[in-house]
Amino acid sequence: MTNSIGEIEFSDLILATGTNTTENHPVIGAAVKRAVRRNNGKLIVIDPRKIDLVRYADLWLRQKPGTDVAVLNGLMNVIIGESLHDAAYVAARTEGFDALKAVTAKYTPERVEEISGVPADDLRKAARMYAAAGRASILYAMGITQHISGTNNVKSIANLAMLCGNVGIEGGGVNPLRGQNNVQGACDMGGLPNVFPGYRPVEDAGARAFFEEAWGKALPGKQGLTVVEITKGALEGTVKALYIMGENPLLSDPDLSHVEEALKQLDFLVVQDIFPTETAQFADVVLPSASFAEKDGTFTNTERRVQRVRKAVEPPGTARQDWKILSDLLNRMGVPARYGSAGDIMEEIRRVTPSYRGITYGRLERGSLQWPCPNEEHPGTAYLHRDRFTRGLGLFHAVEYTPPAELPDGEYPLILSTGRVLYHYHTGTMTRLSSGSMERVPESLVEIHPADAERLKVEDGRPVTVTSRRGSVTAKARVTEKSPRGTVFMNFHFAEAAVNRLTHPSLDPVGKIPGFKVCAVRVEAARDAGPETSIGGRAGTGVLSTEAASSVRGGGNT
Amino acid sequence: MERGVQLTIDGRSIEAAVDETILDAARRYGIFIPTLCFLERTTAVGACRVCVVEVAGSRNLVASCCMPVSPGMVVRTDTEKVRAAQRMIVELLWASGDHNCLTCERNGSCALQDLVYFFRIEKPRFEIQPPGYPVEKTNTMIQRDLNKCVLCGRCVRACNEIQVNEVLDFFMRGSHAKVGPAFDADYIDSSCVFCGECAEACPVGAITMKKARFGGRPWETRTVRTTCAYCGVGCQMDLSIHEGKIVSVKGGGKDTPPNRGSLCVKGRFGMDFIGHPSRLKTPLVRRTKGGKLEEAGWEEALDLIASKFKAVREARGPDGIAGLSSARCTNEENYLFQKFMRAGIGTNNVDHCARL
Ligand code: SF4
Ligand code: SF4
Ligand code: SF4
Repeated sequence: MTNSIGEIEFSDLILATGTNTTENHPVIGAAVKRAVRRNNGKLIVIDPRKIDLVRYADLWLRQKPGTDVAVLNGLMNVIIGESLHDAAYVAARTEGFDALKAVTAKYTPERVEEISGVPADDLRKAARMYAAAGRASILYAMGITQHISGTNNVKSIANLAMLCGNVGIEGGGVNPLRGQNNVQGACDMGGLPNVFPGYRPVEDAGARAFFEEAWGKALPGKQGLTVVEITKGALEGTVKALYIMGENPLLSDPDLSHVEEALKQLDFLVVQDIFPTETAQFADVVLPSASFAEKDGTFTNTERRVQRVRKAVEPPGTARQDWKILSDLLNRMGVPARYGSAGDIMEEIRRVTPSYRGITYGRLERGSLQWPCPNEEHPGTAYLHRDRFTRGLGLFHAVEYTPPAELPDGEYPLILSTGRVLYHYHTGTMTRLSSGSMERVPESLVEIHPADAERLKVEDGRPVTVTSRRGSVTAKARVTEKSPRGTVFMNFHFAEAAVNRLTHPSLDPVGKIPGFKVCAVRVEAARDAGPETSIGGRAGTGVLSTEAASSVRGGGNT
Repeated sequence: MERGVQLTIDGRSIEAAVDETILDAARRYGIFIPTLCFLERTTAVGACRVCVVEVAGSRNLVASCCMPVSPGMVVRTDTEKVRAAQRMIVELLWASGDHNCLTCERNGSCALQDLVYFFRIEKPRFEIQPPGYPVEKTNTMIQRDLNKCVLCGRCVRACNEIQVNEVLDFFMRGSHAKVGPAFDADYIDSSCVFCGECAEACPVGAITMKKARFGGRPWETRTVRTTCAYCGVGCQMDLSIHEGKIVSVKGGGKDTPPNRGSLCVKGRFGMDFIGHPSRLKTPLVRRTKGGKLEEAGWEEALDLIASKFKAVREARGPDGIAGLSSARCTNEENYLFQKFMRAGIGTNNVDHCARL
């Protein structure tokens, strides 16, 4: 996020798009609702689904899935056409306006209505409302990024915010809400194939020399493979060994069957996790690690806030904190690692990462800090780009709308969109063991619009089979107007109805993020199988020789 | 804060901001005024009248949580009249409910118990007449025993004004006022999202965390402040630990960013996985290809990993190896993981599933 969570409830206007905030980031959702109900803030929701926030919104634009760029360009078309943009800000702080103007000129409200289904007048209203607001904050999440046009979606959002002078001010900003708790930190720390800690490119010889000096080893200068490319590499036999820490790609990756095949092709797979996950069943070595409550360290939240994680209880059995395991392995691979505590690692991180330089465990005891925090006297940074952008002037990226990779057709007439629900998290390994979450949402549901349901003879609460070009899964139908006509929605928390058996592995060409949000499917009422027989995803659960695997299953059902 | 209002409380001269109440100003100066229905960040309603004070020139006692300061105001917080009124209220509250501290989870952390103690009340003057509601046990997260409810409305304001979930309200049931979801439904049958804000706001044992029941009393537990492991909000939370187990989770710090004491259902009630029997407890190794995973010691497992990685690197070069780091591990661990791949193995094939 360019701005802070604490600013949201005092924004004059919030534009929420592709974020089901109250379910996925509930505490931020509450801040949005307080802005509306208590502080007279305005709220515009742009989302195909009738999410909870719609109840609180002044305006709801229900676009067809995957048409975000068209809608955002349409908003800018109106704003520029009616000269509602912040001309002084655009002149002083940005470049590329003319190109933006030329592209958005093509997206008249009428044309956007044709593409997206959003009524032209609503689009005009939203544009005027956004432009009229003093401080406007844009929130977005996976609903924006998980498209093959994800990178363009994000650029369009930044364009809109800059156009109205909303970047670099308190209460404004372009604010991505990260799904998993330490996505921000994992990226900051260089858990990416193209950058070292602090986002210094691996191809940059200077950066490489710096880290070679710091780590005492020669380093490769070629960009590595991304998640989805690693899977592909394994299938093609170029990647032979894989080390997975704390992830369960067997449920989270697009096109699951592919991933399963890839893992089987490997010569050697190491999985380090707290549970015997679906992925662990394919491992050659499984290392038991400590959960967050059993370890010391830091997480960096979606507003760049570095916060302490503190050990509260002992890990079970001989399970170890991941940083200890990694230290042992580093030593074995000839890189001396003599860390006595997580704090020692932070000292090294500070030395090599300028934006973390001022962050010490001592300071964190007194309160969290938001990076950039360049020195120990620096208070941290609540919002970015106050006086200048990282590159100097803010650059408008004129982008065109491109349709999703897979559109509905005669054979697969519906759009499938995937996401999360309030009560579960990611692949469900943690929340499925919580009695409360299972009480509320015990299984995966296929949300389907009443009109589609009637046509397909699908009844609420009865099993349906959802089939794409890649596979098929069965789950119970939930007939609801939450999803628009022609679109079904499923979550990816449940192995029994592993929705990623259906999704399309096409990638956004730049961000390399799979286009989860849109793929084509058909839905049929399943033979009355009952929920039990639909459990097919946990194939191989019995592979593990410990008592653990079976109790995951049992535990999930209690 | 804009200062500038001079007033006197209990003989001390005090400078308050124009928009402060008597209670705000007194608290800032460390002058104790008991409260019950007052809940920070929500509308002050002055409903319970436990916070009454005497203001010179005013015939009636005033609720200090609602009364703005004014220049020259003379306030007394501890006169006979004030204490008698407060005491009466506390006795009435006691008598109107089933306040049996022996089995109450809030024993030792209860506002009503504190007030009874503060006013040295041995026994209420009135007959004890609890309303006789059944205890709500229809979910495993939050237990409601409205026989202990003092109708302060804090849960209602917490739900509507802090979390803005708009589930709770007051309504009449027979001769009794009651708080709860619409149509007097149980939480599990209502639109409640189990954020637990109401339970934390409740000053007594009427709304409690069910799993904490008999899990260790306030003075036996240890609290550890940490960061939620679920979503990217990164809520600060206080884990209550008793005998090596997490018994409950509270929002960490009413003024602490980013969540100011709020949590959602995952952070609040999603910690069962930590002590779950299905956790991995020992390294597992597949000693023959196609064989079973079997228990192993750490040395064996780590040596095997190192030798296999070295062998693959020998045969295929470092790019034959790849690693997936984790958006759920700490910064320190992510840092070491990429260092391991880059410096230890010699490849940039490191990514994590955050794109997904
Ligand atoms: S748990 Fe949350 S949503 Fe449910 S009643 Fe309490 S405050 Fe409201
Ligand atoms: S349930 Fe608790 S918070 Fe709600 S009105 Fe009763 S005593 Fe107050
Ligand atoms: S408590 Fe809920 S909102 Fe807060 S970090 Fe955890 S999952 Fe996110």
